Amino acid sequence: MDALLDIRGVIMDFGGLRAVDGVSLQVFPGEIVALIGPNGAGKTTLFNCMTGIYRPSGGEIRIDPTGKAGRRIDGLPPHRITALGLARTFQNIRLFNGMTALENVMLGHHCRTTTGLLGAIVHGPAARRQEQATIAAAYAMLERVGLAPYADEVAGNLSYGAQRRLEIARALATAPSLLLLDEPAAGMNPQETFELDELIVRIRDEHKVAILLIEHDMRLVMNISDRIYVLEYGKSIACGTPLEIRGNPRVIEAYLGEDGHA
Amino acid sequence: MPTLTRHLLHAGGIALWFMLLALPLLAVRVDTLHNVVEWRWGNLLWVGAGAFVLTLLWRSMAAWRQRPSKEPAALATAAGRLLDEPRLYRPAVGLLLGAALLLPWLVDTYQTNIMGLALIFVVLGLGLNITVGLAGLLDLGYIAFFAVGAYCYALLNTRFGLGFWACLPLGGLAGAVCGLLLGFPILRLRGDYLAIVTLGFGSIARIVIENWENVTGGAQGIAGVARPGLFGLELSLAGMTIYLYYLLLALVAVTAFVTRRLQHSRIGRAWVALREDEIACAAMGVDVARTKLSAYAFGAFWAGLVGVIFAARNTYINPNSFTFMESALVLSIVVLGGMGSIVGVVLAALVLVLLPEYLRAVAEYRMLVFGAVMVLMMIIRPQGLIIARRKRYRAREAA
Repeated sequence: MDALLDIRGVIMDFGGLRAVDGVSLQVFPGEIVALIGPNGAGKTTLFNCMTGIYRPSGGEIRIDPTGKAGRRIDGLPPHRITALGLARTFQNIRLFNGMTALENVMLGHHCRTTTGLLGAIVHGPAARRQEQATIAAAYAMLERVGLAPYADEVAGNLSYGAQRRLEIARALATAPSLLLLDEPAAGMNPQETFELDELIVRIRDEHKVAILLIEHDMRLVMNISDRIYVLEYGKSIACGTPLEIRGNPRVIEAYLGEDGHA
Repeated sequence: MPTLTRHLLHAGGIALWFMLLALPLLAVRVDTLHNVVEWRWGNLLWVGAGAFVLTLLWRSMAAWRQRPSKEPAALATAAGRLLDEPRLYRPAVGLLLGAALLLPWLVDTYQTNIMGLALIFVVLGLGLNITVGLAGLLDLGYIAFFAVGAYCYALLNTRFGLGFWACLPLGGLAGAVCGLLLGFPILRLRGDYLAIVTLGFGSIARIVIENWENVTGGAQGIAGVARPGLFGLELSLAGMTIYLYYLLLALVAVTAFVTRRLQHSRIGRAWVALREDEIACAAMGVDVARTKLSAYAFGAFWAGLVGVIFAARNTYINPNSFTFMESALVLSIVVLGGMGSIVGVVLAALVLVLLPEYLRAVAEYRMLVFGAVMVLMMIIRPQGLIIARRKRYRAREAA
């Protein structure tokens, strides 16, 4: 099977600092892959390279949503990459705080809808239909992540856990084939994290998306990941199933610690 | 009451302090002709009394703001509900429009003329509201687009004899094109830098107009611009004023309608999202460059359009109508009205343009009073007159 996401030897330099140093990584359709490592290992930088926020200094990133032909995405602007089927959430939540929860999700449909300036002004039947479809789809998405009662609530007023889930819903609204989650459990209480496990697996199954996530909560990572990549100082030091990673002496030394099999 | 005594003591102290400060300036006058020192205690008394009253006023207002009263909140929700509920706001808008239609027949030509000027600024405010209020892109040189529209008509009319109605869309287009031209170089700028560059653009536009004498007439401006025609009818001055008033009223209605449609559309949501978080906006698949350019161009379009009417209304234009003061005025209209709120912007434009006009009675103090009103507004309602509310969408079960 061809890899959905194929990263080969990606390098990211900031001046003299090499934040990502020749990382290669594959995600196959339907997989949940975790990216772990100490703070400052370059995990989020790699995400930013994938989503077009940074232009990598070297290497290649390809995405292949259809399984026919891979497409190079490194260096493309963010919105083009999103249109090609890569969606993300952010480590420090970046919702549109002044907009309602529903509108946040509706914005995710932006790249899948077409109404332009003139269409919006005239507001003809086609524009109306598209708008109604967007509303219905966004509402259904909110229901799926359990936020339907807060649809009209301004995003900035939602609780922390709800904001995290809203970010996931917004990313899913762009109809991705690969979803990147940057520390989805950060700041959540144990109960919320527990529900997140189930939500992530459910999203993978229902939306037929592969998921690549950065996470520090090892219980969550070990529970749901099919494979795990470990990054340290910008280099990939290990890759394997949760069982293999837990027993890898280098990973234990670099990140997990002696009693890190939680 | 102890609080009252405290208030009074405080105010008294401040009054004394002000009297002391004002002593050398206002009370002592050295008469060099007769070599005597004149003491004007009366002035000092006035300063003291003024400071006393103002301090009391200020303190009572501060206390009023801290009071956990529900009244203003209830009022705000009531107003919000009025704006939310179509059954309520539609008749309200109809009523207002009806009143606006009747106005020229109830007041004299002078009043109609001033209202016309206010309507020009309503359109400008609504246009800048798209760029600043919705998309969050600061523009301190907005009046340049207004100038582009005005000069576009003035030149085409005096040089090539083109009529008003042919120039109206051309002026709007010229404004939009200039908006695009300004938009390209500043796509990557944010915050302070954006302010500096747009400010510069505004100044450049005016300086070009002022110095390109063989085209724009320089500081002398362009005279003899034709008024808009009405099916070849000859209108008296009063008739023309009323005609222009209706023309502007129609433009206001169109601008408000179009802005409203856009605000709650795919494009409008992208604008607001851009204002809220640019990086997240790009990551959600919004073409940031295109969205920014469309916001600049569309905002500038209205300025160009109303610029044409401005030139036709005055029949004479010169660079003095397009200074930074006008840009600042339009920006204050948007900020005062409440970023992104159409009703707020309309209200603010009427207040900010009409207030100085009606304050002419107090002649030299009018800008002072104007400033005081602005400061008071920022204290009482820092978010603007009307806070823009997000639309609530209803998912239809059948859809």
